Formats: sequence, C-alpha cells, structure tokens
Amino acid sequence: MIPLQPPRRLIDVEIDGETVRVPEGSTILDACAAAGKDIPTLCYGDTLTPKNACRVCVVEVEGARTLAPACSRKAEKGMKVGTDTERARQSRKVVLELLGSSVDMSTTPRAAEWVEEYDADPARFGDDAATVEQPAKVDNELYVRDYSKCIMCYKCVDACGDQWQNTFAIGVAGRGFDTTISTEFDAPLTDSACVYCGNCVEVCPTGALSFKTEFDMRAEGTWDESKQTETTTICSYCGVGCNLTLHVQDNKIVKVTSPHDNPVTKGNLCVKGRFGYGYV
Amino acid sequence: MDLRFRGAEPSEEERAAVDALLGPPASAWDGGSRTEADLRFAARAEAARDQLLPALHAVNDRVGWISEGALEYICRRLTIPPAEAYGVATFYALFSMKERPKRVLHVCTDLACQAKGAESVRRRVEDHFGPAGTSWHESPCLGMCERAPAALALEAGTPPVAQVYAPATPDTITTMAEAPPSSNGSTPSVKVTGETPERAAVPQAGQDGLLLLRRIGTVDPASLDDYRAAGGYTALRRAFDLGPAGVIREVLESGLVGRGGAAFPTGRKWDATARQPDHPHYLVCNADESEPGTFKDRVIMEGDPYALVEAMTIAAYATGCAKGYLYIRGEYPRAVARLQHAIATARARGLLGDDILGKGLSFDIELRRGAGAYICGEETAIFNSIEGQRGEPRSKPPFPVEKGLFGKPTVVNNVETLVNVLPILERGAQAYAAAEPKLFCVSGAVERPGVYELTFGATLRELLDLSGTTGTTRAVLLGGAAGAFVTDLDIPLTFEGTRAAGATLGSGVVLVIDDGVDLKSLLLRIAEFFRDESCGQCVPCRVGTVRQEEALHRLSRRVDDDDLVLLREVGQTMRDASICGLGQTAWNAVESAIDRLGVFR
Ligand SMILES: Cc1cc2nc3c(=O)[nH]c(=O)nc-3n(C[C@H](O)[C@H](O)[C@H](O)COP(=O)(O)O)c2cc1C
Ligand code: SF4
Ligand code: SF4
Ligand code: FES
Ligand code: FES
Repeated sequence: MIPLQPPRRLIDVEIDGETVRVPEGSTILDACAAAGKDIPTLCYGDTLTPKNACRVCVVEVEGARTLAPACSRKAEKGMKVGTDTERARQSRKVVLELLGSSVDMSTTPRAAEWVEEYDADPARFGDDAATVEQPAKVDNELYVRDYSKCIMCYKCVDACGDQWQNTFAIGVAGRGFDTTISTEFDAPLTDSACVYCGNCVEVCPTGALSFKTEFDMRAEGTWDESKQTETTTICSYCGVGCNLTLHVQDNKIVKVTSPHDNPVTKGNLCVKGRFGYGYV
Repeated sequence: MDLRFRGAEPSEEERAAVDALLGPPASAWDGGSRTEADLRFAARAEAARDQLLPALHAVNDRVGWISEGALEYICRRLTIPPAEAYGVATFYALFSMKERPKRVLHVCTDLACQAKGAESVRRRVEDHFGPAGTSWHESPCLGMCERAPAALALEAGTPPVAQVYAPATPDTITTMAEAPPSSNGSTPSVKVTGETPERAAVPQAGQDGLLLLRRIGTVDPASLDDYRAAGGYTALRRAFDLGPAGVIREVLESGLVGRGGAAFPTGRKWDATARQPDHPHYLVCNADESEPGTFKDRVIMEGDPYALVEAMTIAAYATGCAKGYLYIRGEYPRAVARLQHAIATARARGLLGDDILGKGLSFDIELRRGAGAYICGEETAIFNSIEGQRGEPRSKPPFPVEKGLFGKPTVVNNVETLVNVLPILERGAQAYAAAEPKLFCVSGAVERPGVYELTFGATLRELLDLSGTTGTTRAVLLGGAAGAFVTDLDIPLTFEGTRAAGATLGSGVVLVIDDGVDLKSLLLRIAEFFRDESCGQCVPCRVGTVRQEEALHRLSRRVDDDDLVLLREVGQTMRDASICGLGQTAWNAVESAIDRLGVFR
C-alpha cells in the first residue's frame, strides 16, 4: 500500500551557483543529487533516519555560522549552498583524516578514493595516535563484529532498534572516544536478544559487520569481488516474498543482501532469508 | 516490546532500592514473583523510560554500583531493552558497572583547583589510596572553585552521604578514607557534611544594592517565611497582575538574554514557546552547571532556593507550562537538598501544585539529578537525559521551542537567567535595564574568590579590584574551558565588549592566572576536559578532542610547527563541523593561549 500524500510544493535552491528545483522537505543531499553533485556520505542510510554523526557530508550554507550536514539539513527556499568551498573541503579532509587515523577503513567502500580526492593524510597524527583497534568478535557462525572498523555511525543500532527490527540487541555504550556498539554488559551475541536477521550487516557502511563467510574468506585472502556475480530472486521460505540478492563466488553463495528500494521490506530480511542459504 | 533477559537476579538491597522509587512490582511481568494468576494472563509493565536515570541513581546511591541483576530488574520494571539501559548507564561518570567501594572520592584537578595546588593534593591522595580508578577519581570542576582545591566524597548507603573537602589540604587527606559520616543539615535524601556557610562564597554578602545576591548569606535558605519577609513572592503577584502576555512583554523589554552561555534573548524564547499550538508545554531549568570555573548557579540554589522556585513559577505562568523539570548536576548535594526542601515546602503552602495563590495556576516542579556529564547541560542533551536516553545533543532544527522535551514545545533556561526575572517584575523592565545585574565567578589567583554581582558595563579591572589579585596577573580566562584567555583588563564585561575582544562572557567565569601557573599544563587540562566530556556522537569532536590533546602533549615537550598547523586545522574543523557547542568551542581557549599568550613560541 502506498500512502497518499498531499502534493509537495517545489522550491528553488542554489547549489554551487546553479539553481535546482526540489520538492519541499528534501534534504540538501537530495538537492545536490538533483544538481549532479557527488557528496561523500558514511553515516547516511537510504532506509534510515539521518543520525548526522560522521560529518563527512558537510557543506557551506550562506549565512550560517557553522557548516551543515547535507544528509539531514532540509533544503529551504532560496538557500545558497556551496558544496566545494575551501571551508567545506577542509572540514571533509580533516574528518577523513580523523577517521582514517583512528579506524581501519580498508573495507569501507570509496574511503580510499575520498582520501585521495581530498588530499587527506591520516598518518599525520603520528604512530602514537589513539585508535579503536581491538580483536574481532567472532561469537557465532553467521556474522562477525570487527569493531576496529567501526566509525560509530549508529546505523546498526537504528536498524536493530525501533527503526526496523525492534529487537534492541545492541546499543551505544560508553562515552567519547571510548564509545562502542555493545550488547548489555558486552555479552556475546548468542546471549543477547539478537535474532540474526542480519539487518545490521545490511546497513553497515564499513564492513565492521560482515558475513562470517566474507570474514573468513578475507582472512584466507580468497575474497574477490571481481569474481562475484549478483542474482536477485524471491525468498522461498514464506509467503512474504522478500527479494534476496545472492552474491556468488566460485559457485558458492558468499553473502546475501536485499534491495533497499523494495517498497515493503527496504532491504530487511529475517534469519532464514539472510543466512538460510545452505540448502541451495 | 518483546524483551529478552539474561537472567541475572538483583540482590535484596538492589530490589529494595528500585522498589523504594517505583513502588512494588504489580506482577511477575514486571519483575515480581510469579504466581498462579500470572500464568493465565499476559501483561506488561507501563513503559516509563524517563524513570531510568532516577532508578539508576537509586541503586547507585544505595549500593554504590550497578550490577547486571540490578540493571535487568530496572529494565523489567520500566520495559527498557537491557542493551539500551546499559548504554545509558555507561554514559555517566558517577555510575559504575563494576563492584567498587561504597565510598568514592572525587578529587578536582580542574582549572581553578589546578591554579591552587590541586596537583599536590592529587599526589598525596595517590600515595595514600593507590592509583585512581576505584576508590578515587580525578574529577572535572566540582563547582566549588572559590574554595579550591576541592574534593568530594560520595558514600552509598541509606541515606547516602556527601562529604565536601574544600579547601582540601594535604592534611585532610588522611581522614578522607573513613571519615565518620556526621551530619549537619540533614535532608530528605542525602546527608551533606563538611560544608561552609553559603555567605563564604559571596564576598559582597549583606551589601546594599545587590539584586541577585541580596538574600544570600542574610536570609535563612530553609525558611519560606523569611523568604517572603525579604521580598519573596512579590514578583509572582505582579506577574498575576500583568497576565502571561504582560510578563513576556516586560521580559522582552528588559532586554534580558540567557546567562547559560549562548546569550539568547529570553523574552523571544518565552514568546515563541507561549505561541506554540502544540501542548503540553514544558519548562526546563538548566542547573547542570559544569563549565569549569562556574559556580554561580550553585550559590543561588544553596543560598536562595525559593527565588528559583518562584522564578520558575513565573516562567511557567508566562509560557503556559504545567510542569517544570529542574535538572541539577549530580555533584551538587547541598543544592539538591535545599531545593528538595524548598519545593516540598512551597507545595505544602500552596505555592506549587493546583491553584497557586488562588489564581487558578497549576504548576509543579520535578527535580532531576544529573550523574556526571557536562554535555547534559547542552539544551537538547538535557532533554535526552531527562527522557532516559543517552545524554547526546540532538541536531537543530527543530529547536526546543518547537520540539523539546518529550517532543513538545519547551523553554530551557539557566538558573541565573530565571532569577533575573524577579527584579524585572519587581522593579519594572526599564528600571531593571538601567542597572542590569550580572554574576561573575571569580577564582584562581585572587584574594577574595567567590560570586560577584556587578552591573553591566563594569570592566574586568574593576571586578579584579573588588576581588584583589595575588601574584602577578598574567592572563584571565573568561568564560571557562569553552572561553578564551585575555590580557587586557580594561575590557568591559558585557556580551558585546567581550565579543569585540575576541572572548566571551560565557557562563561568567573569571579565572585569574598569575605567573606561577604552568600554562601548558592548564591547556592540557582543558584538552583533557573536552576529550573526557565529548559525548562521542560526531567525528570532529570525538576524535578531534583526542588529537588535540595528543598534539598538546607533544608540543609541551617540544615545539613543532607541524603540530601547530595540525592543531589549527583540527580546531577549525571541530568549530565548523561539530554537532553541538561542546565540539564547536573545544579549541577556543587553546587557540587564544597560542595566539595571545604565545604559549608555544
Ligand atoms: C556543552 C554545553 C554545556 C552547557 N552547559 C550548560 C549548563 O550547565 N547550564 C546552562 O545553563 N547552560 C548550559 N549550556 C547552554 C545551554 O545549551 C543553553 O543555551 C542554556 O541552557 C539556555 O538557557 P539561557 O538562555 O537561560 O542561557 C551548555 C551548552 C553546551 C554546548
Ligand atoms: S558496526 Fe557498522 S553500522 Fe554499526 S556503528 Fe559501526 S560502522 Fe556503523
Ligand atoms: S560536538 Fe561533541 S559533544 Fe557535541 S554532539 Fe558532537 S561529539 Fe557530542
Ligand atoms: S553522512 Fe551526513 S553526517 Fe554522516
Ligand atoms: S572546583 Fe576545582 S576547578 Fe572548580
């Protein structure tokens, strides 16, 4: 069912000097997309409410004291936005340096590309710079939590909690640099409320959460996305009819995702669709 | 909500502590013992997320730490997922999730105390009790800077005991371990010992012409009758004569701006809230006062608590709030006790509750205690904290006047801002504006530290003439850790004057640094403060505050231009790209020390 919505008014916004017309309620990021601008994002999720925590998407809004997160700030009529100003680029560069120096971003898609584009140098903070390095948590057969790759984007917590799954197995614990994603008292997942829907894995932007198959293959050095094919099919376990995208390498299913643009499931699955592929 | 528990059981004591707050559980579904009847129906506890912080306090106050059994029991009672409650409990510095001694000592190592020898106290404590972490902690500013160096022992029990050591001398340290909890000023929920009379914090106490400090040290803070005899509740009567719109008009006309740091016009905030069609409206008094060097709100709350109760009542009347929350920092036991007493007395005497003074106004105040988190003083983090969420700032817009506490229109005001409304109504907006009072928290290298009241327009030099200085004044930190160092003593102490000088009045901190103070370690302490107090939500602040501290450590060993460039770039990014004022100001003081005092030249 598609809810009827009142027709939305269109507003004009200026992006880097070019006027674009977007529906009222759009974000600056939407307007940038309409203007064909590619803004880096990390904590933004197409199926989630913006948490605007990473600040890699900041842009300069004329008249504002601080930079604005494009992913969540609503575009306003007549707003003048600079996506590529010196100030915005400088902040993005430093944010990438701060992240790159504290978190292992080796499996974050596009991170390396942005580091180059913004001329960021994560090594400038020296060898003694504090990091979040820690051993990966391998406590179940289905997925692995490698928090040395975690940028604290809150997406997994939101997907597990009231935005999708309503399971609340994980939360944000601690404060400041010591903040972590954690179950209660850091108990193993097998002891927690986790139902292994893997919807957290689906939204994780860094590879901190990954299928055990992927984690093991990466450790062996056999993970190779160039050899993988993706096939989207319908899950046969129950009558809901969720879409599954099967990632296949060397004739083996190595992970399962689900299209985010499905109007009903928005990329969410249950344990059977996500991990029950052993039978294929 | 379908909750899963690991099955940890609370101890009798933990259960009793929670039940004392929430009442006994209704059924096995919310943590009671299972009966035959429970098996034949399904029920659930009423979700009451906003009771989470009080429940955590209840256990921590009684037992000294929060075990997994205690946390699970709280979650059952309030229908909260344990992972979320764990996330909330671990956000606050005053809670421990590991067993620890009942008595824990908090030794202030912050700016004003550092300028007064906190380091030697810290070292003696370490010699005596061993490394920090369990029986004692290094603490950010305890808000007792006029008696620096300060320490505070918190001892769990029924009732819990708070013992103040200020000034803490190396000699008192030996008694800190097992000092007998003898009480002066016993109170409903906490015993406070070791305090000094409130007038000791107000060098001007008893002088003529004071407006905000007039009753402190001269009128018994426990007596409502004395408060009324000294002019109390005339402002509320005047408010009733003016009507809500009339009160807002007076406050607008007075030109009053917020004293919590952001200097936003109070009348505009009230007007915008009063006009919101969505209801209910809430009032939140921000008494989280944790900016290093700030203690004015504490002095008001301890010395003139009814003034705050009256001022909150007026604010609620003007903006249409039936409920007010008074959020007070967890390290202010005497202020908590005084306010609990004042609120209860006002309620008993018909000055809070239904039909106040027979004028049909319904308003009541609920006191909430923070638990050791500077960030909870940020105006949206305070909502999350009250609601039982992690005290993380929300992104704005929407602004509090539109969507604040529980998503409803909310007025947030600082303690000092609110008590200014009394003289505005008593004297009229114009008379008030002609001689507008401002409080300053003077500490550091001065002869008579304390809270001073001046009218706007006085210069920094005039203030320091009142307090006297010691040693050779090298610089003054205005506005606290989020402020800036200045060297020009002829700056007028106004919002505009300090801004023109590249500084800020902030929360009224005036910390005097003489040439005996090691500036580098002062800067390190500021950096450490922001690193500790960052909520961790956004990258520029979460990682930037760490990198700032690391670079300052390197610079205090060896000056290196690359590190100075690095500091500037990280600082500018924190200022430009952080979500809230904490990250945005975390580089201010360091920048001013480099540029104006030439620290690393
Ligand atoms: C990190 C941070 C901490 C703050 N702490 C306090 C505080 O403890 N007390 C306070 O009144 N305002 C504090 N503020 C300012 C509040 O956000 C807000 O501006 C103020 O409470 C509004 O009241 P006012 O208009 O009466 O000043 C803080 C702001 C930030 C960014
Ligand atoms: S584990 Fe992934 S989704 Fe979760 S906070 Fe970390 S980076 Fe984000
Ligand atoms: S600036 Fe710091 S304190 Fe504020 S939201 Fe970001 S991490 Fe939290
Ligand atoms: S993508 Fe916008 S703040 Fe993270
Ligand atoms: S009490 Fe120590 S600095 Fe304020």
